[in-house]
Amino acid sequence: MSSSTPEPSAEVQREIFRTATRIALSDGKYRSLMLSGKIGGMYYSPRGQEFAAASVAAHLRRDDYVVTTYRGLHDQVAKGVPLRELWAEYLGKAAGTCGGKGGPMHVTAPEYGLMVTTGVVGSGLPIANGLGLSAQMRGTDQVTVVNFGDGASNIGAFHEALNLASVWRLPVVFVCQNNKYAEYTPLLEGTSVEQIATRAAGYSMPGVTVDGNDPIATYQAAGDAIDRARRGDGPTLLEAMTFRFCGHIMGDQQVYMPKEELAAAMADDPLPRFRAKLIETGVATVEQIEAIERAAAEEVADAAEFALDAPLPDPAVLTTDVYAEGVAV
Amino acid sequence: MTIAQETVQTRKLGFVQAINEALDIALATDDRVFALGEDIQEPGGGGFGVFKGLGNKYGAQRIRHTPISEQAIMGAAIGAAISGMRPVPEIMLMNFTHVCMDQLVNHAAKLRYMSGGRTPVPITVRTATGAGGGFGAQHSDMLEAQLVHAAGLKVVVPSNPADAKGLLLSSIFDDDPVVFVEMFGLYFASRGEVPVGDYRVPLGKANIARAGSDATIVTYGRQVVDCLAVADQLAAEGIDIEVVDLRTLQPLDTATVLGSVAKTKRAVVVHEAVRRNGFGAELAATIHAELFGELARPVLRVTAPNTPVPYAKSLEQAYIPGPPQIEAAVRSLL
Repeated sequence: MSSSTPEPSAEVQREIFRTATRIALSDGKYRSLMLSGKIGGMYYSPRGQEFAAASVAAHLRRDDYVVTTYRGLHDQVAKGVPLRELWAEYLGKAAGTCGGKGGPMHVTAPEYGLMVTTGVVGSGLPIANGLGLSAQMRGTDQVTVVNFGDGASNIGAFHEALNLASVWRLPVVFVCQNNKYAEYTPLLEGTSVEQIATRAAGYSMPGVTVDGNDPIATYQAAGDAIDRARRGDGPTLLEAMTFRFCGHIMGDQQVYMPKEELAAAMADDPLPRFRAKLIETGVATVEQIEAIERAAAEEVADAAEFALDAPLPDPAVLTTDVYAEGVAV
Repeated sequence: MTIAQETVQTRKLGFVQAINEALDIALATDDRVFALGEDIQEPGGGGFGVFKGLGNKYGAQRIRHTPISEQAIMGAAIGAAISGMRPVPEIMLMNFTHVCMDQLVNHAAKLRYMSGGRTPVPITVRTATGAGGGFGAQHSDMLEAQLVHAAGLKVVVPSNPADAKGLLLSSIFDDDPVVFVEMFGLYFASRGEVPVGDYRVPLGKANIARAGSDATIVTYGRQVVDCLAVADQLAAEGIDIEVVDLRTLQPLDTATVLGSVAKTKRAVVVHEAVRRNGFGAELAATIHAELFGELARPVLRVTAPNTPVPYAKSLEQAYIPGPPQIEAAVRSLL
C-alpha cells in the first residue's frame, strides 16, 4: 500500500527505537519484579507490540488524545507519560498518575493526553469519539487515537463507534493492534474476518492493514490516518498486525497457542530486528543505540525504585474523588 | 437556590415546556453545553418534543441527531465531557440505559475516581420512563435504585415543572454525571408556576411539599402528586400529613428526611419502582437505624409489586401504587 507519509527521518527512527526500548525494558523489569514476588496484581504484558504503539505515537502532539486498554503500558509510555508517575500508578502508590486509585488497568494522565485506560474490552471506542467530537466542536485540530485488540472488534461498541465516527467525520484513528488472540481464543474462532481492517468498508471509512512489527510501514500508515483526521477528513481504521509474546495475562502458559507459532514470532522479535536495521542502514551508530539503551535502562531502574519506595495512599482518600465535592457517604 | 415565589416572576408551564426552557437557558449560557440523542432535531424535537424550537435556534452542531446507538451516544458524551464540554445526552427511555450500562456505570460513574480526580465527567443524562403510558414492560421501568447503587452517579427525579427546570439547570452545571429521570405521568399532565430566567434548585435539597405533624410520607417523582392528594383528603379528617419530596436520590437529603420523621414518629416511603431492593429499602433502613428508639411504628413501603410493568390497562393500574395503597399505609400507622 502506497503512503503519502514520507519515511521517518533518522531522528524519528531513533526516537521510535528509544520509545520501544523504554517500553520493552519497563515491561521486562515489571515482569521480573512480579516473578520475584516483589509486586503482585494483574498484569497484561505488551511485549512484542512495542512498535504498534511507538510508531503511531511518533506523530502525536502532547495535546492529542489517546485511549487505551488494560494492555496499555506500551501506549502509555509512547504517549509520553513520565515513567516515575506511571510506575507508581502501576504499583498503586500515592505518587501515581491517579494517586493509586486507578492501577494498571485504569491509568489516566490527561496532561499528557492519555485520557482513558479501560479495563473493559471495546469500551474505549465510543469515548474516543467524544474526545474527537469535542476537538471538532472546539475547532482545534487535535487528533484522538484509540487502541484496542482484535477481540474488541466483536463487541457492539466497536460497531456503534465506527458508524458514528463516520457519520460525523470525527478526527479519530481507530488502531486495532491485532495480536491474533482474544484472551485465549485464536482470531478466527471468534472473529468472522481475518483482517479487522476489512470491517471499515461497512462504515465508509478507509481500512488499512499494516505490519505492526515494521516501524517504518506503521509510521507511514499511521501518518496517513492521522493527517487525514487532522485535516478534517474523518476517521480511519488502522490495523497493525502484531503478536503478544507473553500471552493474555501474567502467568498465562499459552497452552492454546501452537508452540511453533509462538517460537516463530519470538524469533522474529521486532525490537532487535529494528535495532540491527538502524545500525545496518547507518541511521544510528552502535554508540548511539547503546546510549539509548543505557539511558532507558537507567530511567526504568529509577522509575521502579521510585515506585517501590513510594508510600501507599493514605486510607483517608478512600472516599474522595467519587463526586466533585466532599466525600462519599 | 430556591427563591421565594413572591420575589420572582413566574408563569404557568407544562413539565415538557419547563425542561425545554432549562435546556434553552443552558445552551444560551454556556458554549460547552450541547445535546445529543435520537431524533432530537427539528421537526420532532425528540421522542416527546422536549427539544421543540431548540434545533432551529442552536443548529445541528449543538442539537445533535444520533443513530439509534446508546453506547455510542453515552460514550461520545463521556469523551466530550472529559475534554471540557458539558454534554446533555438523551437516552429516550430509561430501559435503554441498560443498553449502555457499561458506558454509564463502568465509565461515566468511575472516571473521576479512577483518575484520582483528573477526569471528571460533567454529563446530564436525560431519560423518560414510568408506568401508566401503556408502553409495557420494556419502556416503563423505574431503574433509579440501580443507578444510585453506582458510586459516582447522581440521580434526580423531579415532581413538578418548577423543580424540573431548576434541577435540570443545576444538573447541567454540576461537575458530576447526573441521570435526570422524567416520568411520563408528569410530562403532559403536570402544569405549574415556573420562575422565569436562570432558576436553579440545588441538588441534594429535599422539599417539604406539605408540612404536617402526624406522619411523614417520603417520596419523589410522580408519586408526590398522589401523596399530596392523599394528604389533602386526610386533612379533612383532621389527619395532618407531612410530604417530603426528595427531588434528588443522590445526593440524598438525609437530614430533612430524619428531621421530618423525628417530628412525626411515623413514616411511609412511596415509590413506583418495584419493592425488592428499591430505593425505599435504603430509606427505610436509614430511618430505622437513626430513629429506632423514637419511631411509633416500623417504616412502611408502598411500591409496585416485584413484576415487570404489564400492558393490559387493568394490570397496569394495579401495578402502580396509587392513592388507595398510600392512604391505607398511612392509616395503618396512626
